[in-house]
Amino acid sequence: MSSYRITGETGEWEIVVGMEVHAQVVSQSKLFSGAATEYGGEPNTQVSLVDAGFPGMLPVLNKECVAQAIRTGLGLRAQVNKYSRFDRKNYFYADLPTGYQISQFEHPIIGEGKVEIELSEGEKRIIGVTRLHLEQDAGKSIHDQDPTRSFIDLNRAGVALMEIVSEPDIRSPEEAGAYLRKLRQILRYLGTCDGNMEEGSMRADVNVSVRPVGEEGYRTRCEIKNLNSVRYVMQAIEIEAERQITIWEEGETVDQETRLFDHVKGETRTMRSKDDAHDYRYFPDPDLLPLELEQSWIDELNAALPELPEDKRARLEKDYGVSQYESGVLTAEQSIADFYEDVARGADARLATNWMLGDFFAALNRTGRSIEDSPVSAQGLRELLGLISDSTINGKIAKEVLEDMVETGDSASAIVDRKGLRQVTDSSAIEATVQGILDANADKVAEYKSGKDKLFGFFVGQTMKAMKGKANPAMVNEVLKKLLSA
Amino acid sequence: MVFDYTLASARDALRKREISAVELVNAHLEAIERLDGRLNSFITRTPDQAREAAKAADELLAKGEGGALCGIPLGIKDLFATEGVRTTAASHILDNFIPPYESTVTANLKRDGAISLGKLNLDEFAMGSTNLTSAFGGVENPWKRQGSDARLVPGGSSGGSAAAVAAGLVLGATGTDTGGSIRQPASFCGIAGVKPTYGRCSRFGTIAFASSLDQAGPMAKNLRDCAIMLESMAGFDAKDSTSVDKAVPNYEAALDRGVKGMRVGIPKEYRTDNLPEEIAALWDQGIAWLKEAGAEIVDVSLPHTKYGLPTYYIAALAEASSNLARYDGVRYGERVTGPSLDALYEATRAAGFGDEVKRRILLGTHVLSSGYYDAYYLRAQKVRTLLQRDFLQAYEKVDMLLAPTAPSGAFAWDEKPTDPVQVYLNDVFTVPASLAGVPALSVPAGLDSKGVPLGLQLIGRFFDEETLFAAGHVLEKAAAFSHRPTLHAGVSA
Repeated sequence: MSSYRITGETGEWEIVVGMEVHAQVVSQSKLFSGAATEYGGEPNTQVSLVDAGFPGMLPVLNKECVAQAIRTGLGLRAQVNKYSRFDRKNYFYADLPTGYQISQFEHPIIGEGKVEIELSEGEKRIIGVTRLHLEQDAGKSIHDQDPTRSFIDLNRAGVALMEIVSEPDIRSPEEAGAYLRKLRQILRYLGTCDGNMEEGSMRADVNVSVRPVGEEGYRTRCEIKNLNSVRYVMQAIEIEAERQITIWEEGETVDQETRLFDHVKGETRTMRSKDDAHDYRYFPDPDLLPLELEQSWIDELNAALPELPEDKRARLEKDYGVSQYESGVLTAEQSIADFYEDVARGADARLATNWMLGDFFAALNRTGRSIEDSPVSAQGLRELLGLISDSTINGKIAKEVLEDMVETGDSASAIVDRKGLRQVTDSSAIEATVQGILDANADKVAEYKSGKDKLFGFFVGQTMKAMKGKANPAMVNEVLKKLLSA
Repeated sequence: MVFDYTLASARDALRKREISAVELVNAHLEAIERLDGRLNSFITRTPDQAREAAKAADELLAKGEGGALCGIPLGIKDLFATEGVRTTAASHILDNFIPPYESTVTANLKRDGAISLGKLNLDEFAMGSTNLTSAFGGVENPWKRQGSDARLVPGGSSGGSAAAVAAGLVLGATGTDTGGSIRQPASFCGIAGVKPTYGRCSRFGTIAFASSLDQAGPMAKNLRDCAIMLESMAGFDAKDSTSVDKAVPNYEAALDRGVKGMRVGIPKEYRTDNLPEEIAALWDQGIAWLKEAGAEIVDVSLPHTKYGLPTYYIAALAEASSNLARYDGVRYGERVTGPSLDALYEATRAAGFGDEVKRRILLGTHVLSSGYYDAYYLRAQKVRTLLQRDFLQAYEKVDMLLAPTAPSGAFAWDEKPTDPVQVYLNDVFTVPASLAGVPALSVPAGLDSKGVPLGLQLIGRFFDEETLFAAGHVLEKAAAFSHRPTLHAGVSA
């Protein structure tokens, strides 16, 4: 159990947090219409008559969105409900064309599941998932283009969302961040949500309450809406918890309400109090039949599910002997894991791990490129590592070759040939050079022999320098030892 | 004489080139011109498009081509979206709404060659049983009481459709039935009307009143005409998730099957204490006709009938309150601006909707509200299941049910009760079948003592419209209903 505590005037407090994450489903078309879902289109260019709520228009469920929800449920090790239903959530707003959102209120498609999170100390915790349901997104109201008028963009209207509701199991901002990141990672692995928080593909509503350490039961919670980054989620929880503690400690009570987080001012603000909470008048949408799933389809989707991060980690640890820390980094993104495996499968696994996490990531960072548009391909890196393994070049030269690869796009062997970097493994040549170094530094040899062991490194350096770094380091060591002990 | 044609006989005459589509359409357009200033059965007339379509139909007919309805002039209830033609739902909120799309039902009729003469009046958003709630004025029933010139209501909500057919302005019309909106006006106007099984006709492009109940159907001079129309209108539509993927039978062929050996149920709960004697007598007459034709008459019980009306008004209005939320003045239709979004909504909806629509939105909103949902909406859904079970249990014993269509004949405009609940009672015999989703039809069976028509209703099994056509045709033949209303295209003014 993590023990995040806030110290107030009256004692220690803990926080209780549950999250509702809205994840945009990856699909060609919207939940109930054939309109496109692509991000960034000109306003109102991806809107069908159904999305715009024209008279007589009817929703038709997009099967692919259902498949995506099932995949997500399977990925969250959750119950897939063979019977679910769509309900109307009624409220008026200008960017909600029909005056209701089609959602799943009473019978969601996915029931209880769980997400395992890992905290900084390597400690693991399970956060319960209450449910996942499918619903439509609303459009966008734009208020800042004209002093008196608002504009509506319906491109998003009708896009499929998965609302993933967690249990109130989260006990610290760090856990909230870890949960959101983990959820994002799983969805990205599954290909069911691109997890792009800047574009709004993932947004979180956070329910926060506080209680004195040791108190049973929950106190009144507030919901902070529409947080679009992991950082904001963590900040908002911390700030909101402190606000609530102050209220309780002043002898007041926290009102249940919906709040907004202002990251500029670093505060949360009332958006809607409980008194003006909507009465959504949920009822089953009579335009849609209940959704009944065949077990065979669920099985089919399950069989085709990609390997999930936790499984991949375990396998990388087993197959390539990577550490728990390394497997975490290597599986953060599916594309990194794929790249790694591509390299490691044809190379020395340890070498592959060290180079991926070291020089290769450094090169990516330096060039500002992602793994998807890496300047060096997996095959390219594998070839480089192969040259190390077969002693064509040594590790130091390999760093230089990698830099050249990033810069020129040439292959490792081409660079080695072009620059004449092939390692010298000719023992007589190495011996001749070493002998020359020892002869020229007779005083140092004498010092060494009288016990100044550290000078061994000096002789290695001098030899390498003389051989332009191309000598096989192991052989240099061996020859030096032999000649110095002579 | 042109106005003696039924849809079926006109179809045959067109094929034999005894009359051209242009002649047929022109005659009907002329009749509309002559009579509809008074009847007000049309909200929008489309004579130019109709004449164009008639010319094209004649070209096809001349080559021996054209669909089942090629050249037939129809009227379209103004609840069906028609591409490029104003579609109002008889509401000011859609005063000038011109859809860029066509409803599936009207597209099907067009595909088969039918020619629309225009959009027919109705109760606003199909909410009413008098056609007096239309924002475009009431419709006058072409029938008159003997010795009286009082304006009678045509029934509703498909009042314009019923009146136009009865007056001979069109050979058939589309209607929609949510709780009796095809059957009751058919009864009031002395024509035939069919409410098919829920899911038989696509709802795509039909402006929704109550989605789980709305069903399109044909209204025409007789059941043969209805059968021809329904065959065109019906069918699975991927754009409506509640439409059913089931082959459409040849309904016309079912007409002459007869009822020999069939069992007809008489629901005892429909025989209420206050059922007018004339209605009861007509019902008995219907029983006798079917018996004579070889059917076996069986008394059945539909024990939850008395909950039909309250259940219907809760279920239908709940859905309506949500369905009508989209008319907010933001994207299309009429808008009354205000200083805030809420003010815009309020002003737009206050000006755009009539009293009955507002009443129903308020009631529907109420029954879905937190704290009332369980007591009203949820309870109504449960009772609806029981009502449906009533029918299923009855159909274990009988093939169909016979009942009156409405508790009265057409009444005068100024006799419309001021208490809305009294008006809702008009639907007492029609809502149970709507709630159950089963098919039903109304055929004219006689006149009341004042000389206005009365209809009989047949209610059938799911997707067994054929049996209803067969039995209905027996009633038609026995009743030999040949009366004509006072206002009729074939009678010069």
